[in-house]
Amino acid sequence: MSKGSPISPSLMAAKSAGAPKAPEKVDRPADAVVDNAATLSPVLGPNNVVPPTVMTGSEAIVRSLEELGVDDIFGLPGGAILPTYDPLMASKMNHVLVRHEQGAGHAAQGYAMVTGRVGVCIATSGPGATNLVTAIMDAHMDSVPLVAITGQVSASVIGTDAFQEADIVGITMPITKHSFLVTDPNDIPHVMAEAFHLASTGRPGPVLVDIAKNAQQGTMTFSWPPKIDLPGYRPVVRGHNKQVREAARLIAAARKPVLYVGGGVVKAHASAELRELAEVTGAPVVTTLMARGAFPDSHPQHVGMPGMHGTVSAVTALQQSDLLITLGARFDDRVTGVLSTFAPHAKIIHADIDPAEISKNRVADVPIVGSVKEIIPELSEAVRNAFEQSGTPDLDGWWAFLNNLRDTYPLGWTEPEDGLSAPQRVIERIGALTGPEGVYVAGVGQHQMWAAQFIKYERPHAWLNSGGAGTMGYAVPAAMGAKVGEPDRVVWAIDGDGCFQMTNQELATCAINKIPIKVAIINNSSLGMVRQWQTLFYEGRYSNTDLNTGHDTIRIPDFVKLADAYGCAAFRCERDEDIDATIQKALEINDRPVVIDFVVSPNSMVWPMVPSGVSNDQIQVARNMTPEWEEED
Amino acid sequence: MTRHTLSVLVEDKPGVLTRVASLFARRAFNINSLAVGPTEVSGISRMTVVVDADGDLIEQVTKQLNKLVNVIKIVELTSESSVQRDHILVKVRADAATRLQVTQAADLFRASVVDVSTDSVVIEATGTPEKLAALLSVLEPFGIREIVQSGTLAVGRGSRSMSDRALRSA
Repeated sequence: MSKGSPISPSLMAAKSAGAPKAPEKVDRPADAVVDNAATLSPVLGPNNVVPPTVMTGSEAIVRSLEELGVDDIFGLPGGAILPTYDPLMASKMNHVLVRHEQGAGHAAQGYAMVTGRVGVCIATSGPGATNLVTAIMDAHMDSVPLVAITGQVSASVIGTDAFQEADIVGITMPITKHSFLVTDPNDIPHVMAEAFHLASTGRPGPVLVDIAKNAQQGTMTFSWPPKIDLPGYRPVVRGHNKQVREAARLIAAARKPVLYVGGGVVKAHASAELRELAEVTGAPVVTTLMARGAFPDSHPQHVGMPGMHGTVSAVTALQQSDLLITLGARFDDRVTGVLSTFAPHAKIIHADIDPAEISKNRVADVPIVGSVKEIIPELSEAVRNAFEQSGTPDLDGWWAFLNNLRDTYPLGWTEPEDGLSAPQRVIERIGALTGPEGVYVAGVGQHQMWAAQFIKYERPHAWLNSGGAGTMGYAVPAAMGAKVGEPDRVVWAIDGDGCFQMTNQELATCAINKIPIKVAIINNSSLGMVRQWQTLFYEGRYSNTDLNTGHDTIRIPDFVKLADAYGCAAFRCERDEDIDATIQKALEINDRPVVIDFVVSPNSMVWPMVPSGVSNDQIQVARNMTPEWEEED
Repeated sequence: MTRHTLSVLVEDKPGVLTRVASLFARRAFNINSLAVGPTEVSGISRMTVVVDADGDLIEQVTKQLNKLVNVIKIVELTSESSVQRDHILVKVRADAATRLQVTQAADLFRASVVDVSTDSVVIEATGTPEKLAALLSVLEPFGIREIVQSGTLAVGRGSRSMSDRALRSA
């Protein structure tokens, strides 16, 4: 493995951050490092020099966070983290007190996803720490830079089944990028700096710092910046020249190339670079669930989202392609369908910062390890050279085929027969009336897929969801975190009635802390995606999917009353003709959270769909309707 | 399935063995043997892991191991390019009548007797797994009471040191 300089893609990113109209944040220490690129230090933050100062471990935790440039923290105190909450009270950092630690974790994720900065959450030992587990796993699956700080019982009683003791380092070992157990207060500064470095560089991910109570209470000598000592951690950032040239050669020879773009492009802030590569190559672009917005939906070369609920044009583009230019994507099973039948004619170029992703699921013909932020511009240059030598390839036939698919099988929906609103319409209208500068955060299930399909994404960091983990309950707390990170943007949680009931307690946090998110509950009175599978694959036997929250039910809970009780503005919308007006009302309220109970049909289904366990060629545009492929060239 | 010997340089930090072992467990790899100990560099330990796996899988596991922050370097040692040895202690039934035969058998394998009692001896031997298996089959008829065996230790042939380059570039 070649050695790369330890440059953070998220740091480099800020140089040409994807969102041109992003509201300026004045005090953004993470960027300060970038401005002074010559001093690229692995220690995040402004790199102030702090001479040796005696303080307690808990003061050192707070001071380290400040020196690392942290502005916002989400957490909930308890016995083992109590010492740290005392100096936190005096800090100028903003601590948001959540109602459940899972909310703190997802909020930190949402914060990280919109800002590109490390999200921070704090919890106490035992159940406080285990309540973070779902969010940590979620961040691990979706490569979200997250630092989770947990209190631990004192070192002298670790391992004795002490009150609120849990081996959280052991519990989270398979779902963290790395973890630390701190029992000596002198280790705090360097461990904190290492945790932030690990979380934010290379392939981003969650890092757990478990700090024993005695380490918080003991005294130590604090100085800054600390020395980062991670001899086993050297992420490769620059792609190998030879591989880049080889990739360009394949692109010049391909007649059916596709840019298969994953969430890594969003994480690396490489949207501008991607656009250039797309326009140089002229190849169609598909953006995965994690990459929605990495390439503008309105761009003529965008052919849609691939995968189980992708567009016919995107799924077929991959299937029929002769060359996949894979950028920061990982051949997830939801994209490939049955792996052995995925893109059978395609050669694979695979660029990723994580060498373990390359050839994990699909063998790469040209592997390129490095940051797509660095690789894509080099590839664009190499492609230009290759085209000059061997001519610009003729993709007209390929485009004619794909355009025909786009025209023949556009995304759409059928009106429900029960007279209730179509959930797709509600979501489409939210996107249309809010516009591309909004942030859209989904839970998991049907509403998530519709939000990925029917909202038009024009910029990265505008679409947040739980992609790899599929965590129901992600939306409300993640939207809360996103709103804290980008307070000037409209932030919508597009949630399901099932998902909403898992984490809606954070409405209290939003209302009290003046975090005015907007929540659209797409209320089909059921666990909709499970119900869809029961409709399609279990003869309509609806085992335990009816939630009784919708039309013609006892409505427990009544979402309007519930939201009202939490101090939120609350509306119910049950008719098509009220949809726009209700969304407008919500958009006008900015002093408190808004919750809208959109009562929709339980019978609407997500289409297109590649049923589980079959080839992507079996994509159905509606129930039992698979496109005719004879027309292919 | 083929047998692979991996030499893994790791930081001597708490939990590192768990991290490595659980990675193998996640991929349902059976660790055939494992030996861990300090190296010529303080703070750095070396693990020798012997696993049975197909080529593609071993590559994936190696990549996953490399992702562990405490793992500094991984080298696969082939039997041709390395010296590989196991260490064994065997307690064999041996009374006055059979003791001479047992110790002669041990001599043939350049093993040594390290403990003697009235009805048993403890034999210490070092060698390749094949040699040790042969020793055990010779001792078997006398009655084997206990076997304790180390994991395989392996070192590359020639003058190069695995830790040299890994630590210099750190």
